[in-house]
Amino acid sequence: MAEKMKKLNLKKALKGNIATYLMVIVAYVVLFALQNLGLLSYSLAGFLVPICAYIVMAVSLNLTVGIMGELSLGHAGFMSIGAYTGAVASALLADLIPIAPLRLAICMVVGGVLAGLVSLIVVVPVLRLRGDYLAIVTLAFGEIIRNIMQCLYVGKDSSGVHFGMSESALDLAADGQMIVRGPMGVVGIQKISTLTMGFILVMITLVVVLNLIRSRQGRAIMAMRDNRIAAESIGISIPKYKIMAFVTSAVLAGAAGTLYVMNFSSIIAKKFDFNTSILILVFVVLGGMGNIRGSIIAAATLTILPELLREYADYRMLVYAIVLILVMLVTNNPKIKAMMVKFREEKLAPRLPKKKAKEGDANGK
Amino acid sequence: MASKTKLVPTPSTGLIPERDAGKRPILECVGLGITFGGLKAVEDFNLTIGRTEIAGLIGPNGAGKTTVFNLLTKVYQPTHGTILLDGKDTHGLNTAQVNRAGIARTFQNIRLFSTMTVEENVAVAMDTQMKYSMASGILRLKNFWREEKVVHERCLELLSIFHMEDMANVKAGSLPYGAQRRLEIVRALATCPSLLLLDEPAAGMNPSETAELMESIRKIRDTFHIAVLLIEHDMNLVMEVCEGICVLNFGRIIAKGTPEDIQANPAVIEAYLGKKKEDA
Amino acid sequence: MSFLTNLINGLSLGSVYAIIALGYTMVYGIAKMLNFAHGDVIMIGGYVCFCSVMYLGLGTLPSILIAVVACTLLGILVERLAYKPLRQAPSLAVLITAIGVSYFLQNAALLIWGSAGKVFPSLLDGIPPLKLFDGDLSISGKVIVNILVCLITMTALTLFTGKTRVGKAMRAVSEDKGAAQLMGINVDGTISLTFAIGSGLAAIAGVLLCSTYPMLMPTTGSMPGIKAFTAAVFGGIGSIPGALLGGLLLGVLEIFCNAYISQELSNAIVFGVLIIVLLVRPTGLLGKPIREKV
Repeated sequence: MAEKMKKLNLKKALKGNIATYLMVIVAYVVLFALQNLGLLSYSLAGFLVPICAYIVMAVSLNLTVGIMGELSLGHAGFMSIGAYTGAVASALLADLIPIAPLRLAICMVVGGVLAGLVSLIVVVPVLRLRGDYLAIVTLAFGEIIRNIMQCLYVGKDSSGVHFGMSESALDLAADGQMIVRGPMGVVGIQKISTLTMGFILVMITLVVVLNLIRSRQGRAIMAMRDNRIAAESIGISIPKYKIMAFVTSAVLAGAAGTLYVMNFSSIIAKKFDFNTSILILVFVVLGGMGNIRGSIIAAATLTILPELLREYADYRMLVYAIVLILVMLVTNNPKIKAMMVKFREEKLAPRLPKKKAKEGDANGK
Repeated sequence: MASKTKLVPTPSTGLIPERDAGKRPILECVGLGITFGGLKAVEDFNLTIGRTEIAGLIGPNGAGKTTVFNLLTKVYQPTHGTILLDGKDTHGLNTAQVNRAGIARTFQNIRLFSTMTVEENVAVAMDTQMKYSMASGILRLKNFWREEKVVHERCLELLSIFHMEDMANVKAGSLPYGAQRRLEIVRALATCPSLLLLDEPAAGMNPSETAELMESIRKIRDTFHIAVLLIEHDMNLVMEVCEGICVLNFGRIIAKGTPEDIQANPAVIEAYLGKKKEDA
Repeated sequence: MSFLTNLINGLSLGSVYAIIALGYTMVYGIAKMLNFAHGDVIMIGGYVCFCSVMYLGLGTLPSILIAVVACTLLGILVERLAYKPLRQAPSLAVLITAIGVSYFLQNAALLIWGSAGKVFPSLLDGIPPLKLFDGDLSISGKVIVNILVCLITMTALTLFTGKTRVGKAMRAVSEDKGAAQLMGINVDGTISLTFAIGSGLAAIAGVLLCSTYPMLMPTTGSMPGIKAFTAAVFGGIGSIPGALLGGLLLGVLEIFCNAYISQELSNAIVFGVLIIVLLVRPTGLLGKPIREKV
């Protein structure tokens, strides 16, 4: 009996994960074929890498918001750190590592690590804040990052890298090249991101997040979300697991930022503001809290949706807003919710022995 | 049965069952107290519990019983006194550290991880006994599979105390009320405590469930050789299962002793029933 | 003298923040939700006032009144349609809905009024500046109005919540919805009223904001909205005096940053200070500490 249970349990989880991986792989193969056959419109093809980046952003934010249950409103901040670091690293490594995918991979690692380090600086002091207050701090932090990025100038010349708060402060030599130009953002980027690299990053993210959820660390993180006091009472160190989830999420966001930025020739810091953080949060909530596959679908659909609504031009964002509100109203309607619960219970009913259920009803609160 | 246990004094003037005498008590509270903004919720709380004792903490509503649990588990930091767990001062430890030191508890208002399955609820309590790193977990290395297998078997073993193995894959939140209370006990046990605190374990249970629970509490003590301290309003359960009882009223201990002593104690009767007219 | 000028300008900007923060704080206190669309109600208030002055040719006071009425109705409408059905829903669902409402208002404004900025008419220029220290210190009429309006609203609201029946009901609902209902308080009505007051205040704030920074765009409300929200958290969200204190501090801090440190980095510094305040006082300057019952 127990052996059977174990297999059943594992099989169900595994089945879900395999379906998620398969979905991503199939989507990749189809898109890759379409792209190479030239069947994708130019504008649609331009969306492939951003979609990958947004998927990684959504999945990683789901780790913080859905799995850990802490609202983060500054996820784009980590993305921008990854983007800027990656762009600078790429410019520096351009001559050293001519193979573009390898260089991109290294830049993603660098971008991810730096985003992770910054997230550590953010999260450690705010560990004692709860609920909405933590959300405010992440919001404030996202704005700080963006603000600093807007004032940052980076250039390189034969003597090395120069940082400064204005273009003249860099004092570049004649052979110098600007990499970051304050409000103009990152400039002169070599576009080395590809769909394949995006796909690989998505797959790595999935392995990390899905396996993390189904490990002892993931259990502890979810326990913390479900009931903090009970989690403490069974010896779970809240700070340790909060840091773990938060930093993992930031590292992935940083890598996504690098991937994203390398898809454009230039990008302004405003691209990573509060609205982007919110956009990603919308992906997570619409896809379902803690539902990784949902995040992927929501991120891909909602990134492409405004593009598909292009013919409605001015009305598309209005439609987007209405869709957003309606989806929230419908999915949170108590009647529809009750129906969903009933449906699920019917599917699971044989698991719970009837006799005990009745007994419990008689004594329920 | 329980009433046959004789209580003997410890060197620190506490009372513990005779069979635990000579061994160091598992818990010693000395002058424990907490003040909430001028209000003394608990004061001068002294209690000694033997290593395999089943002890009861009773008292009228609002007497401060749960507060004592919260002090022992450091949900509240005591403002006075010391708590010695197996002879070691728990001063400076937080809730999680106290648990790792050996105190596990259940809650009066059930606090399960309701979106997780029954098995996960128990498995997560073994987290502190597991060793594999985050990287091993993500890469699914050998030690991940090995430890997870051990934990899985141990979960089913613990669940079998209350015959809950067949509910292992049910979401904890959808369990019937009584089963949720039992699951909390299993979860607490999974942390390998040396002292188990049960906050109203029989609340909401019918007489037959309560009888079963009493058996289980004894079984737990006998199998795991641990001490149990329980808060309970069901006097049948308390008198039947507890060896030493401590009565709390208005944050102070008003009586301590065997069930017989407590039942005969006028101060206790007064606390529960109020003062008789002729005494007034 | 420049220090005093900056201080007064800061208090003036802070007054506007405080009025916006009030809307956030009241709604948070009573409905426990972050109303992200609040900033956009400010913008709508600005546009309505703009239209009634420019197209209807109405005077200053009637225009402001129309803006207040329009925003109050808008607030009630939004609450009824979007937030009320979500009373039992998880807070994140409500947050996302509020974001949806915010997008909606911004894009509706974009469709109606276009993306080009509109120059807000100078409504408050008629008020003579106050000259002090033999003309060394000149306080403009706008500044005086901002500060006065802020003080009047604060006093009125404090009296309202403290003394009136409805105000007490409001406080009761924010303490415990269930108990308030059992005491015969109309909880839904009280929440609607809170939204109405918050939105009406937003309209006033919109007019003041646009008079101070006369460029009106569909995104005008977002940044002041976020900052005012920060101010509310600063002071301790849910507390009316906290909103005043937070708003004023934020305004002064921002103006001082612009004047003495760096204009570009002023947002970073303002938000940085917020984080530090929260680290020292996790529930804001005047917020009540929360104790969880175990």
